[in-house]
Amino acid sequence: MKNNIFNFFATILLALLLSFALPWWSVMTAALATSLFFPLKKAAVFFVPFLAILVFWGTYSFILSSGNDYTLAKRIATLLPLGGNPYVLMLVTGCVGGLAAGIAAVFGKQFASYASKK
Amino acid sequence: MKYVKLIISFVLTIGVFFILNTKLGSIPPIGKFLNPYSGIWQNETTETTSGDISIPGLKDKVTVHYDDQLIPHVFAQNESDLYKAQGYLTAKHRLWQLEFQTFAASGRLSEIIGEKALDYDRTERRRGMGYGADQAIAYMEKHDKETLGYIQDYADGVNAYIRQLKPENYPVEYKLLDYKPEAWTPKKTTLLLMYMTKMLAGYDDDLEYTNTLRLLGKDNFDLLFPDFFDITDPVIPKETDWSFIDVAQTPLPNSKAVLDTITETISKPHPDNGSNNWAISGAKSATGNPILANDPHLGLNLPSIWFVMQLSTPKHNAFGATIPGALSVISGFNQYIAWGETNATRDVIDWYKVEFNKDRTKYKYDGQWKDVSIRVEDIKIKGKENYKDTVLYTHHGPVVYDKNFKSDMELAGYAMKWIGHEGGNNQKTFIELNKAKNYDEYVQALQYWNAPAQNFVFASTEGDIALWIQGKFPNKWEGQGKFLMDGSNPENDWQSYIPQQFNAHTKNPDRGFVSSANQHPVDENYPFYVFNDGYETYRNRVINDYFNSKEKFSIEDFKNLHNNNYNLKAAEIVPYMLEHMDTSPLDEEEMSIYNEIKAWKFNNDIDEVGPSIFRQWYGKLYNLVWDEFVSEDTALSSPFTYQTIYLLKNHGEHKFMDIVKTEDKVETAKDLILIAFRSAVSKLIEIREEKGNYKWANYKATYAGHLLQALPAFSRFDIPIGGDRNIVNATSENHGPSWRMIVEMSSPPTALGIYPGGQSGNPGSKYYDNLIDDWAEGKYLQLNFLQSSQATDAIISTLTLTPKN
Repeated sequence: MKNNIFNFFATILLALLLSFALPWWSVMTAALATSLFFPLKKAAVFFVPFLAILVFWGTYSFILSSGNDYTLAKRIATLLPLGGNPYVLMLVTGCVGGLAAGIAAVFGKQFASYASKK
Repeated sequence: MKYVKLIISFVLTIGVFFILNTKLGSIPPIGKFLNPYSGIWQNETTETTSGDISIPGLKDKVTVHYDDQLIPHVFAQNESDLYKAQGYLTAKHRLWQLEFQTFAASGRLSEIIGEKALDYDRTERRRGMGYGADQAIAYMEKHDKETLGYIQDYADGVNAYIRQLKPENYPVEYKLLDYKPEAWTPKKTTLLLMYMTKMLAGYDDDLEYTNTLRLLGKDNFDLLFPDFFDITDPVIPKETDWSFIDVAQTPLPNSKAVLDTITETISKPHPDNGSNNWAISGAKSATGNPILANDPHLGLNLPSIWFVMQLSTPKHNAFGATIPGALSVISGFNQYIAWGETNATRDVIDWYKVEFNKDRTKYKYDGQWKDVSIRVEDIKIKGKENYKDTVLYTHHGPVVYDKNFKSDMELAGYAMKWIGHEGGNNQKTFIELNKAKNYDEYVQALQYWNAPAQNFVFASTEGDIALWIQGKFPNKWEGQGKFLMDGSNPENDWQSYIPQQFNAHTKNPDRGFVSSANQHPVDENYPFYVFNDGYETYRNRVINDYFNSKEKFSIEDFKNLHNNNYNLKAAEIVPYMLEHMDTSPLDEEEMSIYNEIKAWKFNNDIDEVGPSIFRQWYGKLYNLVWDEFVSEDTALSSPFTYQTIYLLKNHGEHKFMDIVKTEDKVETAKDLILIAFRSAVSKLIEIREEKGNYKWANYKATYAGHLLQALPAFSRFDIPIGGDRNIVNATSENHGPSWRMIVEMSSPPTALGIYPGGQSGNPGSKYYDNLIDDWAEGKYLQLNFLQSSQATDAIISTLTLTPKN
């Protein structure tokens, strides 16, 4: 459990730091790295970084959007189409980032165990 | 086993990365698009309008005050800085639109949206849009380096903005389509001007008329498409004395139209592109100051075509609507004068059939072979190989139609002669108008203007009002260019131009007002040939009747006229239709709709049902009358509304009234009116079932569509506004008054303005569409005309542009 919590916060922190230097896929790099340093087990391998980035991207987009009356979020939520609901768009944003991070973490885990077996 | 898992997870990781980083069909690259640090969430902001920004190449400090509508009031120390600032600010608020419009102008949309735009791109290139822009640059390089210099300043300003723009701050459309802005060049300004020329002087029916003449003969053609309607209320008043003109019309040669069959023609601009403008003299004004108004009717788009600015130097101070890509104010005023434009359609496109030699390197002209020149159009297509289109050019212009494009003629083609290819100095007219102080300087400024021909309305604080129809017009022989001409006969070439000083104009006419609404420019007494180029026949009469109706007019009267919904067209035909319809076969439902339109007072207000019934009824009637003009293998244009109504009333038994399909029966106008009514009723009932009612606002459902095929997310729908085409408030479904301005020539002038959009091009800004509701209600913004760089109460923030050392 402790590792889960460490991994969760480390992923967010690392993703935040890397975002200054790398494009959107910095979340993949971050999750990959934390999966090596804070190894997790079973479903947690995917879900902890998934939740971490979901929370990170969801919160970040909420902060950007709430200060502007969700003007653009409503429009993009019509475009995609998500019924014009800005909160659904935030959730989707979080899930997209989370998915990318989670998959990268699964790869990291496999890579770590492959390397250690060797 | 571990090995397999590793490979699978690796492939999945790469796969997820690829899918989220790539544009798939119309779906944007979703990871790039949605991430909060460089995706669309960064566009969730209202623009900053304060601070200091250093800009390379500025000579001096430029102060930009913003008022609460995001209108920039620019105070520069010299013109070069002024146009740099204009470029910078236009890019700041409208970058995507600024660039997209020039991509559309030059036939480069395939680069952004892929192969589906290829036919459009080829059309624009074959129309010679890029060629015309090149000619304009070449003209300025030779004759007017000063204007070209200002155009370069504007480009420098745009580029200063683009260079400091980080990818996360790209306008949202770039993120959606996954591309990035490129550098702005002076040629892009000339392309934008070509775009305007196409929009306003790019319409013609010559090839359709050729088909019509061949099929129906000259007598019928002249009946359906007369040079003058039975009534005219021209732009330049009828009583004008033309005796000062000492140049004659080109004499009629013995030339015959080439009666080819043309299957398909290139796309045309919206036929309703037009405008109103008018000005009243001090004597006719309630305050004693002349008052001027303008409202250009264009497609209703977001971001709006107009961007309002105040542009000043210590030597001049102009304010009004600008167009992203063009320098200075286009429709506006300064401390001394006000001006505005309406389209002065004239037939400035003609078509010539040219015959080539065997390898298409030469074409026949005056009994000899003349060399063809070649322009290869290299069209980039997103995700595909480039498409190379070879366009042949003759001395007439580009051969638009040939075996490679919309034609199957192996060794012939149709060349286009268009004033847009002549290479003029249109930008100078606006730069000079912005600085003009009186009538003489206004006339001076106009002389550079070639195309699109415009009715330039004018009023000054000195008390003058005027209207010049300015453009470069060929002095045509009677009938020249109505139909396809033989391109090998020199007599068919444009022989000369009407000398600029003989362009029709009027200054301080006795009636105390000038006006134009795209109607016939002149009556039959004007000594040059003017062909009926689809002239408007309703708005002009409503406007002129209004100004003849009383002695004095106020700003309030001007507002009322802008928003006037009186449907003169309906008033001229509906009573006739009602009277000549046999009502005995009508059932109860039909009778109730009959009574609804009978009670209508011909105002296209939002809560009326009359306008909807009329649209349906007249629309069906029009199609029944001109069923002869529906053909799949021959390009045809059906006659104008005014002439249709004239024929219905005066030639009700003519063979055109007969429905071709019903072989055993001969219909007359009377029969058509009944058939049209009954089918209109069933359509109206359908609409009522679908939408609840067919009140005009509901029926018309006016919308302002985003420039990208009206993407619903970035568009505004169901805007409650009355009016329609042929009405002074010319708002139809997606077309109408794109800018409304009223200027009173007090010292300094006081002005009102509004447009259906907002100053920001960012759909995430509250200024993106904030003016639409007021516009629909007929309200205006008071334009804060600052007299010095000192900020007033109206100013909410200030941005300073400083030279970069």
